Amino acid sequence: MNMQALLHQILSGLVNGSMYASVALALVMIFKATHQVNFAQGELAMFSTYVAFTLIEVGVPYWAAFVLTLGVSFAVGVAIERFIMRRFRNASPLTAVIVFIGLLVLLNGLVGWIYTYTPQKFPSPFDPSAWYGTIYMSPHEVGMIAVTLVVLAIVFAFFRFTKLGLAMRAAAENPQSSRLVGIRVDWMLALGWGLASVLGAVAGMMAAHKLTLEPNMMSSVILYGFAAALLGGIDNPWGAPIGGFVVGVLENIAGAYLVGTQLKLALALFVIIAVLLFRPSGLFGRTVVVRV
Amino acid sequence: MTAILELRGVDAAYGATEVLRGVALEVAEGGMVALLGANGAGKTTTLRAICNMGVRVRGEIRFAGQRIDGQPTEAIVRLGIGHIPEGRGTFLSLSVEENLRLGAYLRRDRGVSADLSRVFGYFPMLRDRLHQQAGTLSGGEQQMLAIARALMSRSRLLLLDEPSFGLAPILVQEIFRILGVINREERMSILLVEQNARLALDLVGQVFLLETGRVVASGPSQQIAADESVRRAYLGQ
Repeated sequence: MNMQALLHQILSGLVNGSMYASVALALVMIFKATHQVNFAQGELAMFSTYVAFTLIEVGVPYWAAFVLTLGVSFAVGVAIERFIMRRFRNASPLTAVIVFIGLLVLLNGLVGWIYTYTPQKFPSPFDPSAWYGTIYMSPHEVGMIAVTLVVLAIVFAFFRFTKLGLAMRAAAENPQSSRLVGIRVDWMLALGWGLASVLGAVAGMMAAHKLTLEPNMMSSVILYGFAAALLGGIDNPWGAPIGGFVVGVLENIAGAYLVGTQLKLALALFVIIAVLLFRPSGLFGRTVVVRV
Repeated sequence: MTAILELRGVDAAYGATEVLRGVALEVAEGGMVALLGANGAGKTTTLRAICNMGVRVRGEIRFAGQRIDGQPTEAIVRLGIGHIPEGRGTFLSLSVEENLRLGAYLRRDRGVSADLSRVFGYFPMLRDRLHQQAGTLSGGEQQMLAIARALMSRSRLLLLDEPSFGLAPILVQEIFRILGVINREERMSILLVEQNARLALDLVGQVFLLETGRVVASGPSQQIAADESVRRAYLGQ
């Protein structure tokens, strides 16, 4: 086995993993707060990416468009929770799944209708000849990992060190007690949706340059994102991004050395099922200790 | 003395099931009141009705003179009511410190950290457990944490749902003693729901007795404790 080729596979696996990591964390955030799996997370990210695309097309500089897109995505996430998902808060899980799938189809169709399904080139903010490019990773790929890590660090710092972050964690764990200390639980859920939507937007904008922009570009990313969230532990925000990077590397190694690119998704999912058989709460799924 | 909490003709129901009928009750400012009664008499429902938690309420509920019935729970709490629900309402996966800080969630002043040491004065063991996950505390420790959380909120009125539930008698005595101190020192009014009538009667000044959703007796605790029928029904004498 050629060491250089192996290293290349691992590093480009980490690049893909950075997309899965953001998406997985977004899924976990919504799951923890509502115990629902947001099947529309990928399409929401794709929608955000088209917002960025439009802004850049009309001449807004990349990073300004990036920040504006995060703001729009946040607002869209909050609006979806307040106006759509809230009505299905107490619906059966099956109803919720149908609503999510409806949202997925709606966003996909809407974007296809406005922009057509023709793939578009999406720019990278990283100069292709920048010094941090190597034979293993292009500057954009290095940038993808860096941006993802920075965003993840900000999200974790927010949850760990701010009062609002603490209130969101409390609302997710025990809504009744949260109301009794004065937390407006409804708003915390909406905020969670907003943040999840922002995470998706980051993944989408980073992915779009690599995958080319088209309405179905997130369909495989979201599948790997699910896998990553389950592998890391669906209720563990720390596990999800780690799961994302692990799945990314696993996928590439499997594709290059074991089963070829056609079956790599299947193999990655197979390994995950195997892990879950032995550790049902995921690799890092914490079991909360409870005494009564 | 003025009333901090006043219920007038309160009916409460879960769906079609009527639980309270015409309950009238009063807690004086700085007072300590027990709501006694058998299982299923509607004690917990009374507390839930006050904070508008999942019950349909008719009638009049006033806090410090102001109507609060019909308002959302978060808004009622904001006015200065602390409520320790059945099961203590601990945030199990969060640390002890995070639980305490959540108690002070509504406060905007800078005294929160200073208040932590005030609370440790009542419950020294919490200081040693500050970074421990709250779910690993014993039942008694979780009850203390719940009271500490209410102290952090600097509420004017504390509603307590069966603090003695599932605890060893010696621990219950200790918790009741601390409640007495808190009531005196912090001028925090307390409405206590209890099954353990004997202990509660020693602690509080005023008692309301619930039976199948109605107040059947009320008065100073000595008077209630001396009542022949009450002794037979609730004190096993």
